[in-house]
Amino acid sequence: MSYQLHGSTFESDEEGYITDISLWNEELADLIAQDEDIEMTDDHWEVVNFLREYYEEYQIAPAIRVLTKAIKKKLGPEKGNSGYLYELFPYGPAKQACKIAGLPKPTGCI
Amino acid sequence: MADFETPELDDYTRTPGLAPGAMAHSQPFIAAPDHQQALGFPGELVDDWHDKAIAKFGELLGKYRSLRVYMDICVGCGACTDKCHYFLGTGDPKNMPVARQDLMRKVYRRHFTLAGKWFPHLVGAEDLTEAVLDDWYTYFHQCSQCRRCSVFCPYGIDTAEISMAAREIMDSIGKGQKYCNEIIGKVIKTGNNLGIPQPALAATLADLEEDIEEETGVAVKLPLDQPGAEVLVVTPSADFFAEPHVDGLIGYAKVFHQAGTSWTLSTHASEAANFAMFIGSYEQMRQVAERIRQAAEDLGVKRIIVGECGHAWRVAYSFWNTLVGPFDFLDPDYPAPQHICEFTHDLISRGALTLDKSANDHMTLTYHDSCNVARASRMGPEPGGQFHYPREIIKAVCNNFVDMAAETIHDGTYCCGGGGGLLTDDLLELRVKGAKPRMEAFKAVADEQGVTHMAAICAICKSQFAKVMPAYGYGMDKIVSLHQLVSNAIVLEGQNGEDDDPEDDAPAVEDSSDE
Repeated sequence: MSYQLHGSTFESDEEGYITDISLWNEELADLIAQDEDIEMTDDHWEVVNFLREYYEEYQIAPAIRVLTKAIKKKLGPEKGNSGYLYELFPYGPAKQACKIAGLPKPTGCI
Repeated sequence: MADFETPELDDYTRTPGLAPGAMAHSQPFIAAPDHQQALGFPGELVDDWHDKAIAKFGELLGKYRSLRVYMDICVGCGACTDKCHYFLGTGDPKNMPVARQDLMRKVYRRHFTLAGKWFPHLVGAEDLTEAVLDDWYTYFHQCSQCRRCSVFCPYGIDTAEISMAAREIMDSIGKGQKYCNEIIGKVIKTGNNLGIPQPALAATLADLEEDIEEETGVAVKLPLDQPGAEVLVVTPSADFFAEPHVDGLIGYAKVFHQAGTSWTLSTHASEAANFAMFIGSYEQMRQVAERIRQAAEDLGVKRIIVGECGHAWRVAYSFWNTLVGPFDFLDPDYPAPQHICEFTHDLISRGALTLDKSANDHMTLTYHDSCNVARASRMGPEPGGQFHYPREIIKAVCNNFVDMAAETIHDGTYCCGGGGGLLTDDLLELRVKGAKPRMEAFKAVADEQGVTHMAAICAICKSQFAKVMPAYGYGMDKIVSLHQLVSNAIVLEGQNGEDDDPEDDAPAVEDSSDE
């Protein structure tokens, strides 16, 4: 699989996670989101940006609880819960939001 | 969502009409060359795969006497045919355990029996053609190795062992499964399935400590790499990452806190799961288990306790001793290994935990026996402890508990539908359909007895149900960790609201503690 953007090709794995995470940019994120039937709003971007910041520091996506806590701080208590995150990313904030953020898919018993 | 229809739930599980080929399209992604090679397997399908596969098959038959017996002994009685949740959920006849076994048995007959070598057509012997290999890859990845069928087999043929052997053969010729093999590589590299590096793990645990203190007012610790602790806790890394798993982890921490037992997690062994069992690789299984032994020795602990993970408990309980034992450096006064449920159960039976059952009054619970705990291990000294301990804990912390139908629990339990290395998005259709029998049993107690939630002690079960229950109309929060219930009910000394002085962190004096 791959994504096409402005004549460039971005390789991805079978599930649409881009293979070279250093090539990620915001336009590509929009494109991946479109593929996932998600229209990116400011709230989506808060999540995606937090994932990227966290990944940069720790080389792994944050635990769901860490993510909800961060979103609670940024967007307020009514949005700081996994229910809201699933509203934003119906296929799961860990997997779907990571895909849009250009991060590797979290693996394991999750 | 993939393109398929969620089955309608029946009042009880009926044997479906046959739907030949219904799941022929369902295959997991093939492992990439680097995932294969990291485990010492060929990167991709080798040119002489047929001969290599037959040679490997012969090697396994020599190594595992059980495999040869299972190949020889089936009389085709059919007792297993309607026992597999994947058959019940899909109707695909190749998901009948006997048919799944026969995919391998026909090749066995062709190459390893005299009659099959000379008169293959008379004895149902067949060559390992490309089409047969493809069937192996398809249908041995539609077996969650839950062993329900083996309970009903009059000869005790274990389809799990057959599917492990098939996967081992496929790995050896370069046809491995992405989900399992990528994960095993991560454990070997970072210590856990998720690939969480030490700084992230430490930060996550610190964060949880903060949360617990904020909520309860008590400084409950989740220690990491603490030498000299009494207990090493190994738990699935999903406990650090996912919901409802993390609520169970918080539960363990509160139990240790109230018991006054020092404990630690380990970076090196930050994973209880051992996916190598799913692919039948003894060597990988040994390597993954060895990390735990090594961590226990390095930290100088006296006991090892395993968290809520089904197949990890099977590996620990049934295989650790011969894989990486003896564990003679541990305190002989305690079981080695010990299950977190054994630990909590013991405290409860001694009255050492202060519990307020009403904290769980908003729920009516049922309990899902995880396949590997139910059919491949035990808890405590008595037979059946693996069924009774979890239920007794739930009843000690909840007022409302109802069991599902007798034929769907204990050693007749239905798999969640995601075990055995199948908990991956590329098998979602299989997972949803395979959960049907369990969902039918759940629906019955939900409709008739007001059950609202289901507790489990396996990371795979929890993730699987969180994913598939919504397909059947139940919220993802309907699945809970057993120790989440304990966490809700436990009243810590000095906890907010426990005494009149919530601002004050001083220990409460009202209740007698365990010492």
